[in-house]
Amino acid sequence: MSDREVIVCRCEEVTLGEIREWIERGYDTVDELKRVLRVGMGPCQGRGCTEMIMREIARITGKPIAETGPSRHRPPVKPVKLGTIVEGVKEE
Amino acid sequence: MSDLPRTADVVVIGGGVVGCSIAYNLAKRGVKEVVLLEKGSLCCGSTGRCAAGIRAQWGTEMNCRLGKASLDIFETLSEELGMDVGLYQGGYLMIAYTEKELEQLKKNVALQNSLGIRSKMISLDEARELSPHLNPEGALGFFFHHRDGHADPFLTTFAYAEAAKRLGVRIFRFTQCVGIEVESGRIRAVKTNRGEIHTRVVVNAAGGYSQDVAAMAGVSIPTYPEVHEIMVTEPVERFAQPMHMSFSGNFYIMQRPHGSVIMGYGPEEHEKSYECGNTVEFMEVMARKAVKLLPVMRGLRVVRHWSGLYDMTPDKQPIICEADEVKGFFIATGFSGHGFMFGPITGVVVAEMIMGEEPSVPVHMLHYRRFACGELILEPAVV
Repeated sequence: MSDREVIVCRCEEVTLGEIREWIERGYDTVDELKRVLRVGMGPCQGRGCTEMIMREIARITGKPIAETGPSRHRPPVKPVKLGTIVEGVKEE
Repeated sequence: MSDLPRTADVVVIGGGVVGCSIAYNLAKRGVKEVVLLEKGSLCCGSTGRCAAGIRAQWGTEMNCRLGKASLDIFETLSEELGMDVGLYQGGYLMIAYTEKELEQLKKNVALQNSLGIRSKMISLDEARELSPHLNPEGALGFFFHHRDGHADPFLTTFAYAEAAKRLGVRIFRFTQCVGIEVESGRIRAVKTNRGEIHTRVVVNAAGGYSQDVAAMAGVSIPTYPEVHEIMVTEPVERFAQPMHMSFSGNFYIMQRPHGSVIMGYGPEEHEKSYECGNTVEFMEVMARKAVKLLPVMRGLRVVRHWSGLYDMTPDKQPIICEADEVKGFFIATGFSGHGFMFGPITGVVVAEMIMGEEPSVPVHMLHYRRFACGELILEPAVV
């Protein structure tokens, strides 16, 4: 199976091949890969792919894994409907 | 690390869209040794946190000219830089909710038209053609400019950086400017956490941190950082074409080509701070505004909420100039929330100024001198 067929970020459908290509071009932190490829920007917020990407960066660059990421965790913890937020406000 | 050069023709401080655009435009004009310093990674500051909007619908002649000139550049930028910058021109739909705002927007349209920007007041029916789910409750008027829109701030900045690198610009990430040496009223060197670079030209494109960088050269500018929050939903099929914006309604809401919806508003009491926090209040107020304007969004899920710095000036207009006190110290900052959309033209005019040419958009009024002599150019059209 070619790395062009392996999907790492399922939310944004980003392949291992694309991730490797951009790491080779010097985008060797999770933050930078997120900005250029949208990895980790989907509904799961990187829960599925961040660790795989960190391992891949460390493998290619030889950097310690701790220097590769992760990206900052941002609210909400899980996706919330706008309607639910509005209803929640009304109940107060 | 010892790869930092000992000398450079120009050192640009700041790896946002403004810094990268300046570096690219200098190299394009033949400047050989251009070095760009970024204390984090490219786009880690205001550019990467911004709402991505691009517009020519402004309320001052200066911003109209800068906005239109940037739009002109954006329209061919992917081709010029050899990388897709994610441009989407669905127009900006401005909505007036007060008589005062209605009058102001009419005046703005007259000004815009006089400068070649083909904006216009449109009817409710026309507004609904653009945004079929729009709830017009309380709206007194609608204004539209079809060439406005948005682009991807990350891809735009990376496209500038990649094109700049191909032209020989050297970009150093995780390299912080910690001091600027001035000798006899002229730039002499830049000190970084990784060594010193001798140069006669420094550009301050440090966004929210620009006042600190200016102070290193002994120059005082009245910029200050202001925290603005923003959030984005999951992607869905396109349901609205334009960016929806209102100054009295205090919101902007737009759907990216990717399908996600980005939205934000400016809080009444802005916090002057570098700390980019997120508040529950923002999410609640923004959700109410969004569901009221576009009830179809009720079922859309918010996936991410973040914040970033507006690099403010007292009149909400940028500072683009060479410092009076220090020769060779150029400033391109204070964009007050609009640095992304003005980035492309700023790169051009700052490069022209450094080359000693007449800037292609007359920006003399954007010198920081204006704050001392009281010649402010107050922009009425800011969220």
